[in-house]
Amino acid sequence: MSEEIIIAGFGGQGVLSMGQIICYSGVMQGKEVSWMPSYGPEMRGGTANCTAIISDEQISSPVLTEFDTAIVLNQPSMDKFEDAIKPGGLLIYEENGMTRKPRRKDINICAIAAYDESVKMNNTKVFNMIVIGGFLKVKPIIELENVIKGLEKVLPERYHHLIPLNEEAIHRGMKIIKEAHQAN
Amino acid sequence: MKELRLMKGNEALAEAAIRAGADAYFGYPITPQSEVIEYLMRENPADRTGMQVLQAESEVAAINMVYGAAGCGKKAMTSSSSPGISLKMEGISYIAGAELPCVVVNVVRAGPGLGTIQPSQSDYFQAVKGGGHGDYKMIVLAPATVQESVDYVRLGFELAFKYRNPVMILSDGIIGQMMEKVELFEQHPRSTEEPEWATVGKKPGKDSVIVTSLQLQSEEQEKVNLKLQAKYREMEKNEVRYETHQCEDAEYLFVAFGSCARITRKAMEMARKKGIKAGLIRPQTLYPFPVKAIHKLAKQVKGIMTVEMNAGQMVEDVRLAARGEAPVEFFGRFGGMIPSPDEIFNAFEQKMIGG
Repeated sequence: MSEEIIIAGFGGQGVLSMGQIICYSGVMQGKEVSWMPSYGPEMRGGTANCTAIISDEQISSPVLTEFDTAIVLNQPSMDKFEDAIKPGGLLIYEENGMTRKPRRKDINICAIAAYDESVKMNNTKVFNMIVIGGFLKVKPIIELENVIKGLEKVLPERYHHLIPLNEEAIHRGMKIIKEAHQAN
Repeated sequence: MKELRLMKGNEALAEAAIRAGADAYFGYPITPQSEVIEYLMRENPADRTGMQVLQAESEVAAINMVYGAAGCGKKAMTSSSSPGISLKMEGISYIAGAELPCVVVNVVRAGPGLGTIQPSQSDYFQAVKGGGHGDYKMIVLAPATVQESVDYVRLGFELAFKYRNPVMILSDGIIGQMMEKVELFEQHPRSTEEPEWATVGKKPGKDSVIVTSLQLQSEEQEKVNLKLQAKYREMEKNEVRYETHQCEDAEYLFVAFGSCARITRKAMEMARKKGIKAGLIRPQTLYPFPVKAIHKLAKQVKGIMTVEMNAGQMVEDVRLAARGEAPVEFFGRFGGMIPSPDEIFNAFEQKMIGG
């Protein structure tokens, strides 16, 4: 098993921490992982991305040009990474703020209204956890209990009381993600 | 018990310095290595081990603080990225001349000049061939993983004290910024012993200890140089480290170091899948360079391809090591660009196989 993921969006959407949570969960599940952020000028311009790799084997290159899954949270990220998905791969996009639908027909596409859901939960900070839930529904590469263990590692102890809220957000994400297109 | 964590390369360097029992860290922030000093400031190792951490007023100040601490027999480390390392070069030459131990980390970004903050390997020459003035050498360790970043800090201090010589860890923006699983070694206590060469005050009945790199008598300065050269020959004999992948039956050989070796390994696997018997050698010490290993493999293979994130630096050492036994080709991306495995494989096919 090897899953190569790019997560991209605006700074502040929790893009980098999503990648870290996925990786930490992978560690808890005994997988090899690598996480590589963009740290260049684009970070200062408001968009951020990170590459997360979860694998059964040692990871050779942490830097990739094509991906099994792209999780895009804004239009510039969709424009940049839609073409970088391997044929038969997966695109997950946040519906809010997208001005055009994905073009590709040879990939699986899922849409998630994570922002709206986070508003319903009265906590927009759990936005990224809703997206993670959606991703894990489509690609159950990590068990939920390991995600929780991962969260315990990532979050400082003073935030541990928020873990049940995050778990709830994951469940909501699993529920609301919808299939938009099946690969031809 | 060993401890498993997910860490950035830069944070791993910092934590390893604390655990290796370092006495001091002096640094100045610069992207992409600022997490080293950020981590140390946050962690406040003075509470854990008594290790001192100080943000100096400049890179030049930081390396001279290292010089001072090393002169007192202390385990001191500094880190920076390329433009900052250039500033430290004078101090490194002095430390090498005065035969003092220290660990210097360079998380390389692309140059020349201020260049860019993106990863590169374009400081190979600076690290391996001198950088500062005078006939001196540093042991240069090139980590390819976050784990090696941890291990090489401990190893770096060991070697620095074994040879009383500066050791450089040549990381880059990829290894520094990426997160991976790491196993941390146990906390080593800080040493309480004072080496006899440490300048910590003259003891009654003992000669005074002087730390200097100045010797105005040419005859004496030549002796100093001969002694240094003898030490470097010892390093070359004892400290060569490298790793090979699928070299046993290889007909073609890739040579790459650091993060670039990981990407190159993927290209090598692509070649294997196409039925081409390719192998990879990854020098872990860039000085001393694995001359013998590469020479031996050069006799076995039809061609050698060196891959670097620069315009071709290590390739010169590979050619010297191969001594004409096999043609040596080069592929590189630079200016902060990272080669993809496909690109490397295509260049390999074109230059080596003739496709």
